Amino acid sequence: MELIYEKSMAGRRGVRLPASDVPQARALPPNLQRSEPAQLPELSELDVVRHFTNLSRRNFSVDTNFYPLGSCTMKYNAKVLENAAGLFAHAHPMIPLLPGGEKLAQGGLAMLHDLAGLLAEITGMDEVTTQPLAGAHGEMTGIMLVAAYYKAKGNRKKYVIVPDSSHGTNPASAAMVGYEIVTIPTAPYGDMDLEAFKQAMNGEVAAVMMTCPNTLGLFNPHIKEICDIAHSHDALMYYDGANLNAILGKVRPGDVGFDVIHVNLHKTFGTPHGGGGPGSGPVGVKKALIPFLPLPRISKDSAGGFALLQENPQSIGRVANFFGNFGVMVKAYAYIIMLGREGLIKVSEQAVLNANYVMAQLKDYYDLPYDQSCMHECVFSASRQLKQGVHAIDIAKYLIDQGYHPPTVYFPLIVKEAIMIEPTETESKETLDAFIAVMREAAELAEKDPAALLQAPVTMPVTRLDETKAAREQNVCYARW
Amino acid sequence: MSAADYCPNTQAEIREMLAAIGVNSVEELFGPIPQALRAKSFDLPEGMSEFELLQRLAELAGKNAQKLSSFIGGGYYDHLIPAVVDHLASRAEFYTAYTPYQPECSQGTLQGLYEYQTAICRLTGMAVANASLYDGGTALAEAAMMALRITGRNRLVIDGGISPFSRQIVKTYLANLAVEFVEIDQQQGVTDRVALLAALTDQTAAILVQNPNFFGSLDDLSDIAEEAHGKGALLIASVYPIALGLVQSPASMGADIVVGDGQSLGNPLSFGGPSFGFIATRKEYIRNLPGRIIGETVDKTGRRGFVLTLQAREQHIKRHKATSNICSNQSLCALRGVIFLSSLGKDGLVELARLNYDKSEYAKEKLGAIKGVAVLNIAATFNEFTLALPQDAAALVEKLLQQGIAAGVPLGSYYQELAHCLVVTVTEKRSREEIDALATAMEVALWN
Repeated sequence: MELIYEKSMAGRRGVRLPASDVPQARALPPNLQRSEPAQLPELSELDVVRHFTNLSRRNFSVDTNFYPLGSCTMKYNAKVLENAAGLFAHAHPMIPLLPGGEKLAQGGLAMLHDLAGLLAEITGMDEVTTQPLAGAHGEMTGIMLVAAYYKAKGNRKKYVIVPDSSHGTNPASAAMVGYEIVTIPTAPYGDMDLEAFKQAMNGEVAAVMMTCPNTLGLFNPHIKEICDIAHSHDALMYYDGANLNAILGKVRPGDVGFDVIHVNLHKTFGTPHGGGGPGSGPVGVKKALIPFLPLPRISKDSAGGFALLQENPQSIGRVANFFGNFGVMVKAYAYIIMLGREGLIKVSEQAVLNANYVMAQLKDYYDLPYDQSCMHECVFSASRQLKQGVHAIDIAKYLIDQGYHPPTVYFPLIVKEAIMIEPTETESKETLDAFIAVMREAAELAEKDPAALLQAPVTMPVTRLDETKAAREQNVCYARW
Repeated sequence: MSAADYCPNTQAEIREMLAAIGVNSVEELFGPIPQALRAKSFDLPEGMSEFELLQRLAELAGKNAQKLSSFIGGGYYDHLIPAVVDHLASRAEFYTAYTPYQPECSQGTLQGLYEYQTAICRLTGMAVANASLYDGGTALAEAAMMALRITGRNRLVIDGGISPFSRQIVKTYLANLAVEFVEIDQQQGVTDRVALLAALTDQTAAILVQNPNFFGSLDDLSDIAEEAHGKGALLIASVYPIALGLVQSPASMGADIVVGDGQSLGNPLSFGGPSFGFIATRKEYIRNLPGRIIGETVDKTGRRGFVLTLQAREQHIKRHKATSNICSNQSLCALRGVIFLSSLGKDGLVELARLNYDKSEYAKEKLGAIKGVAVLNIAATFNEFTLALPQDAAALVEKLLQQGIAAGVPLGSYYQELAHCLVVTVTEKRSREEIDALATAMEVALWN
């Protein structure tokens, strides 16, 4: 499809602006004046509408396709959540920061305060900041809180421990806060090797970052012991909430012994992913870490009014301009109060049921390196298919031709030819059965006609793309006009 | 009414699925979780239908002030949003997709973001841009970290005219790394050049400035860029994209890394988010950029297509050695940005910038003519300017808020010595009538 810049026609106009009702001002000084206007496309409104509408049709999405992308929790995004966010679209974030302005922003402040309270109850933490703008941003914020906590105690410590099955963001976030990373291998039972962990623990470890259930979809049977060991060395436990969808109402990380947690609202709490964002990554902490939370914080007075706390010398400062991705939070808040207690418990039960069903129906067809009851997702390996020259990526591309967004492939890194399937709770058995049939078909094709898989996909606007050329040429901006 | 429930499996289906798995109950599937670790509490309200939900949220939203005549900015701006932006960004194929890891079935997102990157490059004059960061403040922090990596140095010179929020974010990001800051005070709303250049040494990684700055002042950064480059340092400029319709591009002033907040490009105020941050730089620094980058390539038959590229910089490959920890960015908001810019087009953006400038100049003259009030900025301004008042600005703002006018941002909370100063923002949405009403109300409040 042509680029929007290639459709430009000199002199064509799109959206019209209101006429000016003030006199034209004196021009800017010449050295400040733009010499030539930015070369934006010149199009009619219909040109723009048609261009982006047709672009959208070149996407798979939850609304058009089953999207079992492991670790990403691509559940249905209720339409009413979009309406909910629209109710707050006109509120300026500076209003509560003005003198006398808090009382003009009580709706927004109340929502933030209530959401924080709900998330604290769901996760078993004492207080929540909504400021972090995505999951990884929450991780970084959480580790900054850890650093501030230890700095206040006199030694910020040196290391952060992560299992080798962790999301890449865990070590990357800890490194952004200046920690050295210690990686612990996975034991045959599918989680961080307990013995190796014990040996790695010492007084210089600031935090242990765990995802539970982990990226293999397994609940770590030793999780309590890991928390206890960490605490006995005066280290804090960090909970990566990416997989919280599996345990709503079943387990609260705070009860288990975790001290800091981030929650991906765009995963567990049903807000859309937007083609890669915006997300939202609120961070919950236990009491000892509350003084270090970013500012501003929101408090509720005895009369039910909400106010901003803007000063606190122990705070790590600020990780975003205002209160976080507010529009995303309205959606998550709406999701939580709409589903309610029973609804949220059902989310996890049905997510776990769907994942176990897919696992049971496919385990005769694909290798299952960690063969045990899974939680919300299961991780297969295409190593059996590899013997016929078929990789996980080939199976993924075949699925595209059949109208399915592929599962996550090649992650977690510890599983060779990984295929990570997360159906989520919003899919029906019927949808799962159709997907299972196609996955079985792919396994059979790998045996009988592997070449057929290597060509896929053939039904999309493009076939497989040359990634090496993209990296070599680095054409990231259209240069001609 | 009963609570919303998006789980479709029927009881009969659930029984069949349990049988296929070989367990008797859903609860059995939670067997791996020891009883001792089960939730001690899950005290949440009962659910509700979507109809009750909307009623309740409308009530909550109603507790925000509904009709304010707003002259506040502070990094977030009340601009017009063409109807096409909401409609096109509401295409579910865009907003219910994930990061485009599988390019063949994600060409819509990928091409849209490539077009977004192109728009950012054309606005800023830079050669390369990424597919978005979280917001303007975090983009400035990422740019600072990028400059530290590129130069291998550990000193930053930060201009005091940068938004206090953004400065705080930069400091919070870098608090745990061995980085030294020198913060330069502003004078009469512009950079104290002598102090800024005096702070520049051959250990400086970058000078960070904002243009227009928090006071609204515009600056020709060319000489600062030249001095910085002479010492082997980079110039990082945070810019306001709407202003670039009129104001010289940061690239032609010599900036090496350009960042900013994309809220004003088609994203609603929404109490502070989501918006997006943009970052653009010189071609030679592309491998130092944080976050996703979309690149053009071809498929096996030679057709043009787009992919995530240079992924070896990113956390999912490089883990702790990545250029940044960022994973999710603000894709949909960036997409809104390119739809916004495309629907306005080349001349539309210039007109929009002109409207902002003209209205702001009109207001500046009107307000500056009030007895005892002076304009602080000695430099030209775009759509914000700073007034020096004969009294505490906070008190005036509070008084006018009660009359339904948000007169501006008083500076006392951010610059102690400027408690009598007020930053006034005038976008294209403010009518002459509203500006006149502000002038009258201000005069009355000050002198009656």
